Amino acid sequence: MWSDKFGNAAVPGWMSSLSELERMKLEMNRLTDALFGRTSWQRRSAGVFPAINLTEDTDNFYARAEIPGIAASDIDLQIVGKNLSISGERKIPSEGENVRYHRREREAGKFSRVIALPGDVNPEKINAKITNGVLTVTIAKSETAKPRQIKVQ
Amino acid sequence: MTDSKEIQVKEKQAADTPAEHTRTGLLFAPAVDIFETERDITVLADMPGVAANDIKIDIEDNVLTISGEIKPWEEAGEVDVLVEFNVGNYYRKFTLSDVIDQSGIQAKHENGVLRLSLPKAAKAVPRKISISAG
Repeated sequence: MWSDKFGNAAVPGWMSSLSELERMKLEMNRLTDALFGRTSWQRRSAGVFPAINLTEDTDNFYARAEIPGIAASDIDLQIVGKNLSISGERKIPSEGENVRYHRREREAGKFSRVIALPGDVNPEKINAKITNGVLTVTIAKSETAKPRQIKVQ
Repeated sequence: MTDSKEIQVKEKQAADTPAEHTRTGLLFAPAVDIFETERDITVLADMPGVAANDIKIDIEDNVLTISGEIKPWEEAGEVDVLVEFNVGNYYRKFTLSDVIDQSGIQAKHENGVLRLSLPKAAKAVPRKISISAG
């Protein structure tokens, strides 16, 4: 009767009933999301343009934002302490007077956002580029924020 | 109030696909502007993260399909700290009301925005009809 979605029968016992509860909880979340028109892949947004994905590895933080149609000259990046601020303006030039629109979903306007990085950074080593409308800011961690391997004697 | 309005962050819209897609991954509908003049129809689509040669444009029976494939842009070893947007391929379909001269289609891709210029076929261009006095 109990089988997971890959068709494997669960092993009876308290471990499997716990994971079964966990699975039911996930399924309930998915159903309530569907009921309220949310899909489970939607994440919480800060409500400020641009949306930012932040990742890290041992040496750097990487902040990425989708900013289609914004030229590098229309964007201003600043770092103050741990705060990275991104501001600028998205311009959509007029297409002339004799055009009739069927759809107009792309928005123009100014934006300004600040994001706090989770660790100390080296403000001398920051590098930003825009590739195909995606901004990538690479921020080097300061020596104190880098993880250090500790040897056990 | 400033001279220009502030841009709002928009949740990316999932694409409607006619068939279930067999490849895994997310599929989004790009935001578009579509406008026409007497001679052509222009489509502007925001597809950040897609390289020019990963965009496919197809017209069949007056149905225009735009799709774009994303290549993973994160380096190996990166760990998520904060995730505010999802990354996925783009797909959108439109029915065009006019006949398009397929040989004259032009596409340009700049800063993640696709600009597609679709010239109307000669018979779809409006003609002014002059009435001569009899």
